Amino acid sequence: MTIQIVALAGFMLLISWLISNTIQNLETLGKGVELWFLFEPSSYDINQKLIEYSSRSTHLRAAFVGLINTLIVAVLGCITATVLGIAIGILRLSNNWIVAKIMTCWVEIFRNVPVLLWIVFTMAVLIESLPRPATFRGENPESSLLFWDSVAITNRGTYLPEPFFSNGLGDISIFGIFEVSLDLVAFLIVLFAGIFVSNILKKRADKTQQTTGHRPLVWPYRIAVVVIPPIILLYILGFYLGKPELKGFNFQGGIYLRNSLIALWIALSCYTSAFIAEIVRAGILAVSKGQTEAAYSLGLRPGLTMNLIILPQALRVIIPPLISQFLNLTKNSSLAISVGYMDITGTLGGITLNQTGRELESILLLMLVFLGISLGISAVMNWYNSTVKIKER
Amino acid sequence: MSDHSFVRTEMLDSQAPPMMEGSVLGWIRYNLFSGPLNSLLTILSGLLVVYLLASILPWVFLSSWTATSLRECREVIPLTYGEGTTGACWAVIRERYLQLFYGFYPKELYWRVNLTFVLMLIALAPILFPKLPRQMLYFSGVYPFLGYWLLWGGTIWTPFLTLAGLIVGYLVFNFLNERRGLLIGTIVGTLLIIFWFLLGVIPVAVFLSENVTPLAIEIVESEQFGGFTLSVIIGATGIAASLPIGILLALGRKSDLLIVKSLCVGFIEFIRGVPLITLLFVASTLLNYFLPPGTNFDIILRVVIMVTLFASAYMAEVIRGGLAALPKGQYEAGDALGLDYWKSMRLIVLPQALKISIPGIVSTFIGLFKDTTLVSIIGLLDPIGLSRAIRSDTAWNGIVWELYAFVAAVFFVFCFAMSRYSIYLEKKLETGHR
Repeated sequence: MTIQIVALAGFMLLISWLISNTIQNLETLGKGVELWFLFEPSSYDINQKLIEYSSRSTHLRAAFVGLINTLIVAVLGCITATVLGIAIGILRLSNNWIVAKIMTCWVEIFRNVPVLLWIVFTMAVLIESLPRPATFRGENPESSLLFWDSVAITNRGTYLPEPFFSNGLGDISIFGIFEVSLDLVAFLIVLFAGIFVSNILKKRADKTQQTTGHRPLVWPYRIAVVVIPPIILLYILGFYLGKPELKGFNFQGGIYLRNSLIALWIALSCYTSAFIAEIVRAGILAVSKGQTEAAYSLGLRPGLTMNLIILPQALRVIIPPLISQFLNLTKNSSLAISVGYMDITGTLGGITLNQTGRELESILLLMLVFLGISLGISAVMNWYNSTVKIKER
Repeated sequence: MSDHSFVRTEMLDSQAPPMMEGSVLGWIRYNLFSGPLNSLLTILSGLLVVYLLASILPWVFLSSWTATSLRECREVIPLTYGEGTTGACWAVIRERYLQLFYGFYPKELYWRVNLTFVLMLIALAPILFPKLPRQMLYFSGVYPFLGYWLLWGGTIWTPFLTLAGLIVGYLVFNFLNERRGLLIGTIVGTLLIIFWFLLGVIPVAVFLSENVTPLAIEIVESEQFGGFTLSVIIGATGIAASLPIGILLALGRKSDLLIVKSLCVGFIEFIRGVPLITLLFVASTLLNYFLPPGTNFDIILRVVIMVTLFASAYMAEVIRGGLAALPKGQYEAGDALGLDYWKSMRLIVLPQALKISIPGIVSTFIGLFKDTTLVSIIGLLDPIGLSRAIRSDTAWNGIVWELYAFVAAVFFVFCFAMSRYSIYLEKKLETGHR
């Protein structure tokens, strides 16, 4: 008990000492602590924005744009890192000697070199070695568009075809803060409805199989339910692709992915994939060999053994460390500032901080945002983990 | 009955093993061409390897070591090796490697950095390899102060008095611990050390160097540090400091004392929830707010403190995993022997828990060492910061692969060595029953 009181007293002393110092320092500088600066016009522009933003918008909105950019790169990175990581982890266990060695090299090279170096390096390579937009010009251009003239990869960024709707539904404004395209919403609703129906079909088939022993043929219907309605919807909405075109010194039109985003995305996914590969490998190795042998002796084929016996058990080992890799990737995405990608570290912790001179508030807010993201991701993933966890009785 | 029975009287010569067993051919058959899919994979990946080597090796070897600018490289290489060759321009490394290793440390004082590095290896040796004589550990204890003095220069009295203060504080703690109990010993010892650091060290050092003997070497400012020297300083200090702090945090988190526990949990979760870069922003901009007005202490020290705090939170989680993996019987055995908390932790629990967590500890170390590159974002000139400076130099504008490959290779060597050492340690401590 005494120890606790002493510890608490020491902690309180430390905190009050820090706070009193801060107050004193702020007084000498003539600053207070307040958050009104967030509602002043930001007067700087952000080069990648998904929601409406101009230099007249507030600092708060700038932070919000940055947050969205952070989330974009984090989600993209997590998806590709997981796919790459699982593939590499499994291939590293392959019987094929060359493949296994190549994958080992991949893992060791990415794991043992700082992620910041990978980000800066990828950015430099993209800028130095990709063709300039000017080389696309002329009768016999040095470089040409890929995929039926729809994708332009240049050293200023990549241009993808943009979806357009000739009779679209327009946008809807949410609380007057930002706008969402109704076409996208409709598309997602139809898509998820299809997946939902497909799941019902699967459950029905499972039930029939359990009662009668015969599995009805459902997979064509399941695919049809997911694929056909969205296509019909796209047809009704008059879907077409707007291709990027070279106008003046640069490409116009299409979805413009900045090099900074691509560099960050590639570097973060490759770097994290090395760690995920190791996690996957360890997870599969953790399932004892007897399980595989038991499955074989029951007459299961190797594919089914993997799906029904090994993976469900391996997932329990894999998921907790996978969560922390996702968290790491999200936190590493704050290194965007080194390649000029405007994530929340670049807006709130960068330009806003420098313009308003409110270091204390900006950095504390930045930390709070990241704490929120981390807690959010771990909450979601822990929930998922509890669904696959072993159900102990 | 005629005698049909046949008994062989001499041994048959043993047959050669099947061609596919135990031979190179068999190995190839099983590992590379065991089925159509596998053969396809082998051929594809073999082609990939050949392609990569065919494009990388000529680039590496058909290179220029002597040019003075990238433009010159691009002109010289086709002239030397024939039209159309695009080789590496290693000249940039030859010209700048000293800078990449030492930053802007004065050239005539490079020996001090080298000596510190060699002494670091000597100080590390008894920790890494237990076969060496234990007396060497005294040197390891003195080394941080010696290294600080060698790198930054100035009078030797400051690090000496700091060390002396620590030793006296420890002796006082020991003395009181036996007579008045652990709590009073800790409080008095800690307060004594803190007061000595805040008030005593600098005036006494100034007094001694002015009135007795200076014993000083040339001062090197923190702004002159850079390159891999800076990475190793931050990394090694962080590694050395984060392990004990991490152990304390992990023990705090596992303890029954509610307040201590919640303080530790709060600290760990907070640090793990924010990216290191925000903590470095705190170090570079906010720390001035938190400290008494007028204090302005060294940027490298501030960064080291933040990196250490960051790594120790991760370390605490790794060690907590080790503590949790230990069977409860071990804790109870410690209690049953009548050991107090610290003795049972030190003698029974921690040695086993740390052994279990070696892989995690070492990967935290590796992560910390890699994270030292982040200091380039707050303007310190670590290898990445220097690469940026070199790339903006007109002579080397546009150089990418050579520079980053070099920096990456050096980092790779350090990190790979650490991970190999962890595997060695794991094997050595493996007792076969976990």
